[in-house]
Amino acid sequence: MRTIIFRFTAPYLTALMVLFSIFVLLRGHNEPGGGFIGGLIAASALAIYGIACGVVAVRRSLHFHPMSISAAGLFLAVVAGLLSLPVGSQFMTGLWVFPTVFGTELALSTPLIFDIGVYLVVVGSISSIALALEERESD
Amino acid sequence: MAEIEATTGGTLALALPFIAAALAPILRRLMGAHAAWILALAPALAFALLFGFVPTVSAGGVVQFGYDWIPAFDVRFSFRIDGLASTFGLLITGIGTLIVLYSGGYLKGHRDQGRFFSFILMFMGSMLGLVLADDLMTLFVYWELTSITSFLLIGFDHEREKARRGAIQALAITGGGGLALLAGFILIREVAGLNSMSEMLAAGDALRDSPYYLPIFVLVLCGAFTKSAQMPFHVWLPNAMEAPTPVSAYLHSATMVKAGVYLLLRTQPALGDTALWTTVLPLFGSVTLVLGALLAVRATDIKITLAYTTVASLGLLVMLIGVSTETALIGAVLYLIAHSLFKGGLFMVAGSVDHGAHTREIGQLGGLARPMPITFAAALLCALSMGGITPFVGFLAKEEIYHALEYGDVYHIALMAAAILGNALMFAAAFIVALKPFVGRLPETIHHPHEGGFTIWFGPLLLGVLGLVGALFYETYHALFSVPMASAAIGSPAEIEIGWIPHLNLAFALSMATIVLGIAIYLASDAIRAATSGFLAAVGWGPDHGFDQAMRGLLRFSFFVTGRLQSGRLDYYMTVTVVVIAAALFVPMILGGALPVEPQMPELRFHEWIVIALILVGILAVVVAKNRLTAIVSLGIQGFGVALIFMVLGAPDLSFTQFMVETLSVVILALVMTRLKLSPADHRPLREKLPDALIAVVGGAGFGLFLLSIVQRPFDPVLSDFFERYSYAIAHGKNVVNVILVDFRGVDTMGEIAVVMTTGLAILALIRVRVGRNARTAADPTETTP
Repeated sequence: MRTIIFRFTAPYLTALMVLFSIFVLLRGHNEPGGGFIGGLIAASALAIYGIACGVVAVRRSLHFHPMSISAAGLFLAVVAGLLSLPVGSQFMTGLWVFPTVFGTELALSTPLIFDIGVYLVVVGSISSIALALEERESD
Repeated sequence: MAEIEATTGGTLALALPFIAAALAPILRRLMGAHAAWILALAPALAFALLFGFVPTVSAGGVVQFGYDWIPAFDVRFSFRIDGLASTFGLLITGIGTLIVLYSGGYLKGHRDQGRFFSFILMFMGSMLGLVLADDLMTLFVYWELTSITSFLLIGFDHEREKARRGAIQALAITGGGGLALLAGFILIREVAGLNSMSEMLAAGDALRDSPYYLPIFVLVLCGAFTKSAQMPFHVWLPNAMEAPTPVSAYLHSATMVKAGVYLLLRTQPALGDTALWTTVLPLFGSVTLVLGALLAVRATDIKITLAYTTVASLGLLVMLIGVSTETALIGAVLYLIAHSLFKGGLFMVAGSVDHGAHTREIGQLGGLARPMPITFAAALLCALSMGGITPFVGFLAKEEIYHALEYGDVYHIALMAAAILGNALMFAAAFIVALKPFVGRLPETIHHPHEGGFTIWFGPLLLGVLGLVGALFYETYHALFSVPMASAAIGSPAEIEIGWIPHLNLAFALSMATIVLGIAIYLASDAIRAATSGFLAAVGWGPDHGFDQAMRGLLRFSFFVTGRLQSGRLDYYMTVTVVVIAAALFVPMILGGALPVEPQMPELRFHEWIVIALILVGILAVVVAKNRLTAIVSLGIQGFGVALIFMVLGAPDLSFTQFMVETLSVVILALVMTRLKLSPADHRPLREKLPDALIAVVGGAGFGLFLLSIVQRPFDPVLSDFFERYSYAIAHGKNVVNVILVDFRGVDTMGEIAVVMTTGLAILALIRVRVGRNARTAADPTETTP
C-alpha cells in the first residue's frame, strides 16, 4: 500500500477530506450533511492518512488522543444541552442567535454546538479503533 | 405556620447527619480525633429538633411533612412523626451522639477515622430517615441505605478477610430481605392503592381482607426478619461483630437491627391481629429468643455473647408483637427502649475492655475492676437493667412482658416458658459480660490495663445511669417516650402504669424465678458452654455454614451458566444471535398472521436495474470468494449498491451515511481480519458449511419479509407531516433529518453518542488486552500519546 504516489498524495487528500467533513458538518442543518456523516468522513480521512504514512504520523498530527477528542465531544454535547437551563427552558431546548459578521447574517445555535459534539465523538471513537487496529500491523 | 416549622425542623434533622458525614473527612484532617466533638453536634442538634416534636406527639398529634418526588406514580418524599417515629428518632440521635464521641476516643489515631465518621453519620441519617419515612418508597430507599452503610461499616477493616465476609453476608441477607420488602410494598400499592404508612394505618381492614394478604405478609416479614436477625437469618449479626465496637454498639444493638421490629410495630395495626400473624411471629420470635440466648451463654468472646443476646432480645420483641395484645405491645415498647439503653452501653463496655486489656476472650479476662472502675460501674448499671432488676428500666419491661403472658391457655404458657428461659439465659449472659472480666485475679497475660479517656467511659456510664433514672422517674419516662410510642403501635391511646416499686403478684414471682434461674445458669455457665459446644460440634452444621454452601452453590451455578452461554467461540455466538433474531422475526409474523403478501413488481428504470445487478454481483462474489479479504471487499460492493438505491430514491443523507459506513466497515473489517491470523479461506467441507448457510438464509429471509410487511402497512404521515411543518418554523433547519437528530430527538442522539464512545473504549481495551499478551515487552505506542 505504501507506494510513493500514495504517500505523497495522502496528506493532501486527508486535508481536503477533513475540510470537506467540516463543510458537511456546518451545512448540515439545511442541506444534506451533519455531525454524524461529517465525523465519518473525517474518520476515513484519518484512516487513509494512517494507511499511507503510519499511525505515529497520525497521532502526532492529531496531538490529542482520539479518545480524548471523543470525550470532549460528548462533554460539548452535554454542555450544549445544559445551556438552555439558565435561561429557564428545559434541557436541550435550542437557543439561537443571529449576529451579523462582515455583513453576513450567521445562524449560531446550541444545536450547532451539539452537532459539533456529535462530530467529535464519531471522529474520536472510530479513529481510535482504526488506529489501534492499524498499529499492530506494523509490528 | 406550624406546618412550615415542622417541615424546616424535620428536614433539617434528616439532613444534619448527611451534612456532617460530608464534612467528617475534612474535619478529621484538620483537627484529628477532636473532630468528634464538632461532629457530635449534628446528631445532638437533630435530637434537640426531634425533641421539639415531643409535646405535640405525646398529646397524640402527628406531624407530617414532605415533598413531591415522582408525582406521576404518586411517590412522595414524605415523613411522619408520631410516637413511634419520635421515640425511635430520639434513640437514634441520642445514642448516636454518644457513639460519635466514643468513636473519637476508640479509634483515636486510626488511619481511616475520617472515613469511619463519615460512614457512621451516613448510617445515622439513613436510619433516621427510615423511622420517620411515611411514603413506602421513601421508607424502602432509607431501608436499603441502612443495609449499604452497614455493609461499609462491617467491612471497615477491609484488609481482614473475616470482616469482608461478614460485610458481604450482612449485605446479602439484609439487602435481599429489603428486596422482598420492596416487592411487598409494591404489592400493597398495587392491590390496595395505599402509598404511605399513614394511608395504611387509616385503611383499617383493607389489607387483612385482601386476597393478597398472604404474599404481602410473607414479603414484609422477609424484610423484617432478615433485618432483625430472626432465626435462621440471624447468622449475619454475630459475624457483623467484625466491625469496630462503636458500630456494634450502635447499628447491631441499638438501632439498625431494630428496623425490622420497627416495621412490625408500624404495620401491626394494618397487617396484624390475624391468625397468621399471631402464630408465625411468636413462633419465630420464641425460637430465636431461646436459641439466641443459649448461644450467647456458649460464646467465649464477650462481643459475640452480646451479639447473641441481641438476637435473643429481637426474638423476644418479635414474639411480643406477634401476641399483639395491648399489654404485649406495651411490653415490647418498654423492652425496646430499655434494650437500646443497656445493650448500647454494654457494647461500649466490651469495647472499653478490649481497648484497655487487648482481649475480649472471657477466659483470659479478670480482675479489671481495680484498673477500670468507671467501666465496671457502667457495666454493672447496664447489666442490672438487662437482668431486669429493680429499679432499672429493664425491670419495668420484664414485669410488663410477664403481665402480657399470664394467661392459662397453652399458647400463652408456651410463650411464657420461652420468655422465662430466654430471660434467665440473658440474665446470665449479662453478668458474664459485666461481672466476670472485672472480678477475680488479674491474669498475667494482660499488661497495663487502663481506663480509656472521658469519651470512652462517658457514653456507657450515661446510658447505664439513664436506665436507672428512667425507672426512678417512671411517670415522666412513660409520658415522654413509652406512652406515645405504645399508642402509635397499638393505634389507640395507651396507658402505662408500671413503676419500679414491685407489687407482689404473679409477674413479680416469675421475675424472681427468672433471676434465681439466671444465677444458676451464671454459676453453671462453663458446663453449659461445654455442653452446647459439644452438641453443636456433633451436629456439625449451622445456618452460617449453610450460608457458605448457598454462596458456593450460587457461584457454581453461575459458572455453569456462564460456561454454557459464554463458550468464547465467535462462530457459536454468531449462530446463536442469528437464530434468535430469525426466531424473533418469524414467530410473531407467523403466529400473528402478519406475513407480507406477495408484492407487486414495480416498474424499474434502466439505471435501477444496473444497481440491482451490481448488488447481486456483490453478494454472489461474497459467497464464491476464494479468500476472506475478497469477500469483505465484495460485501462493500453490495453496501455501495444499497447506498446508490437510497440516492436514487431521494434520500441523500441516508445514502451519504451508508457510503461512509460501508467504507469504514470494509477498512476496519480488513484490518481486523489481517490481525486475526486466520487461514485466508474457509477450509471446511461443504456439509459443515451447509447448516451455517441455511441459518444465514433464514435470518436474511426473516429480515426481508419483516421489512416487506412493514412497507405494506398503510403509511401513517403524522410524524413526517409534523417534522416537515415545524422543522423550519421552530427549529430553523431545512434538513429534517438533521433537525430531528440534533434538536427534536436530541436526547436520543446524546445517548447514542455516549454509546458510540463507550463502544470505542471497550474495543480499545479489547485490542490492548491482546497487545499486552503478545507483546508485553514491546513499547506500546498507544500508551504514550503526547
